[in-house]
Amino acid sequence: MTNRFFKTSIAGGLASLLMAAAAVAQETAAEAPAAAAEAAATTMDKGDTAFMMISSVLVLFMILPGLALFYGGLVRAKNMLSVLMQCMMITAVVIVIWVVYGYSFAFGGSTSPWWGGTAKLFLGGVTMASEAATFTPGVVIPEYVFIVFQMTFACITPALIVGAFVERIKFSAVIAFVILWVTFAYFPIAHMVWDANGYLFGLGALDFAGGTVVHINAGIAALVAAIMIGKREGLGRDIMAPHSMTFTMVGASILWVGWFGFNAGSNLEANGGAALAMINTFTATAGAIIAWAAIEAVLRGKASMLGAASGLVAGLVAVTPAAGTIGPVGAIVLGAIASATCYLFVSKVKNSFGYDDSLDVFGIHGVGGIVGAIGTGIFSAASLGGIKGDDYSIAGQTMIQIQAVLVTIVWCAIVSVVALLIVKAVFGLRVSKEAESTGLDLTSHGEAAYHS
Amino acid sequence: MKIVMAVIKPFKLDEVREALTSIGIEGLTVTEVKGYGRQKGHTEIYRGAEYAVAFLPKLKIEVAVASSMADKAVEAIATAAKTGQIGDGKIFVFAIEHVVRIRTGETNADAL
Repeated sequence: MTNRFFKTSIAGGLASLLMAAAAVAQETAAEAPAAAAEAAATTMDKGDTAFMMISSVLVLFMILPGLALFYGGLVRAKNMLSVLMQCMMITAVVIVIWVVYGYSFAFGGSTSPWWGGTAKLFLGGVTMASEAATFTPGVVIPEYVFIVFQMTFACITPALIVGAFVERIKFSAVIAFVILWVTFAYFPIAHMVWDANGYLFGLGALDFAGGTVVHINAGIAALVAAIMIGKREGLGRDIMAPHSMTFTMVGASILWVGWFGFNAGSNLEANGGAALAMINTFTATAGAIIAWAAIEAVLRGKASMLGAASGLVAGLVAVTPAAGTIGPVGAIVLGAIASATCYLFVSKVKNSFGYDDSLDVFGIHGVGGIVGAIGTGIFSAASLGGIKGDDYSIAGQTMIQIQAVLVTIVWCAIVSVVALLIVKAVFGLRVSKEAESTGLDLTSHGEAAYHS
Repeated sequence: MKIVMAVIKPFKLDEVREALTSIGIEGLTVTEVKGYGRQKGHTEIYRGAEYAVAFLPKLKIEVAVASSMADKAVEAIATAAKTGQIGDGKIFVFAIEHVVRIRTGETNADAL
C-alpha cells in the first residue's frame, strides 16, 4: 500500500488523474475552496468502492465463522464454544477500539514513524466526503471504506493468537490481553508498515497484505503466550485429538474464500493489481496444499485432511505479503516452500522444544509469515516471474525484508511479554485445573456445544 | 427366559436385525459402546501429535427370548455378524429372573 495521507475534499464532479497526490494531500479543508480546481482532481470509482466494501466483509467472514470454525474443530468438544466465543468477542472489542482510537493510532496522519497520533480519535473529522488514497495517484476511495477494511485486519490478527492458548485461558485474560496487544503491538506495527511515514515503509519493505503486520505479529505473540501460559493439563497423556475435522475443513475453506478480500482487497482498486493478487491467492494455496499432502504421503504413508487444511493456511499466509508483486507460478513454489517449512515446525521442531502452541499459530502463521516475507524479496524479481524489473536487487530487497521481520519480532515479543505479565497480575492467565478438565464451555460460559 | 447380549461391529447391525427377524424374534435394544478386545485400537496423528485410540466403537445388542429360542438367536447373530476378521465381537447369554410389560402388566413369557 502506498500513500496513506488523507484529505477531506469537496467532492466535485470533475476529475483529473494527472494531479500529483502529494500536493493534494497537503491541502487542508480550509484551503480547499481556494483550490477548488485542485480539490476536484481526485477521482472516485464506484467499482473500486464496491469492490472494497465486499473485500471488507470477506475479511470479516474469515474470522466469523471461518477462523472460529477452523480453530473450534481442532479443540476438544468441551471447549468448542469457548473458542467460538473468544473469536466473536475479540472481533467486537477490536471494532469498538478501532473506532475509538485504533484507527487514529495506526493511520491518524501523524508524521511519526512509530504511530499515527491522536488526530482521528473517535474518527474525528471523517465524513461521507472524506477520501483515502489508493496506489494510483488521484484515485481515491471513501475513507469510511478504508477504515472498515483496515478494521477487519485489526480484528483478525488478535483472533489468530487464540490458537496458542485455547482450552486453558481465562476469558477475562483473553479480552484484557487483546486490548493491550492491539494497542501497543498491532496499531504501531500497522503504522510502521503501511503508513507512508512508517519506519518499515520508509525502509522499503514489501508487505502487500500484511505478512508482517498480521501473520508474523500474531505468530510471535502466540509463541510468547504459549510459553508464558504453559501447557494444557494432560498434554502427552490425554487424547487431545480435534473433535471435528469437518468443522476444521469448513473453516479452512471459508478462510480461503475470505482471503480473496484480504489479498485482492489490499490492492484498494479493482484492477490488474487486484487480479494478480487474486490469482496468486489461488495458485500459492494450491501449491501449498499439494506439498503438505505429498510430504505426509511420503513420510507417513497417509495424506490427512488436517494436513491439507494446514497446507492451505500455510500457503495463504505465505502469499499474503507477496500477492501483489510475485507471479502466479512463483506463487506455487512459494506456497510449497512455506508448506514444507511449516510441516517441519509443527511436526518436529515444536515437539523437540515442548511448548504447547496448541493449534500451531506460530508454526503456521509465524513461520509461514517469515517464509512469505523473505520469499517476497526473492520471487518479486522479474526473472522469477515477479513484477520488479531492471534495477531490482533480490539480495538488497531480501535484506530489507529480513530487517522488517526482525523489527516486528522484537517489537511484538516485548509488547506480548509485558502485556501478559500485566494481565497475569490483574486477572490471572489460566482457569483452575478443575475448570480445565471440565472444559471451558461449561465453566467459563455456562453452556455446552453438543447435547447427546 | 434368556437375554442374548452381543457386541458387534457397527456396520453389521442391519444384517443381524434381518437374521433375528427371520427366525421370528421381534424386539431388539441397541446401544453404542466403546471397548477393546484382541483387536486393540489404532493410532491417529494430528500434525505432530500421535494418539493411541484404545477404545473402538462397537454396538451392543440385547434380545430377550424364551429359553428355547436362545440357541437359535445366538446362531443367527453369530452367522450374520461374522466377517472372519479380528474384532467381530462376542455373544453372551444369561438368565432372566422376571419380565414385566409396562403397558399391560403382563409378566414373564407373556411379556416377551
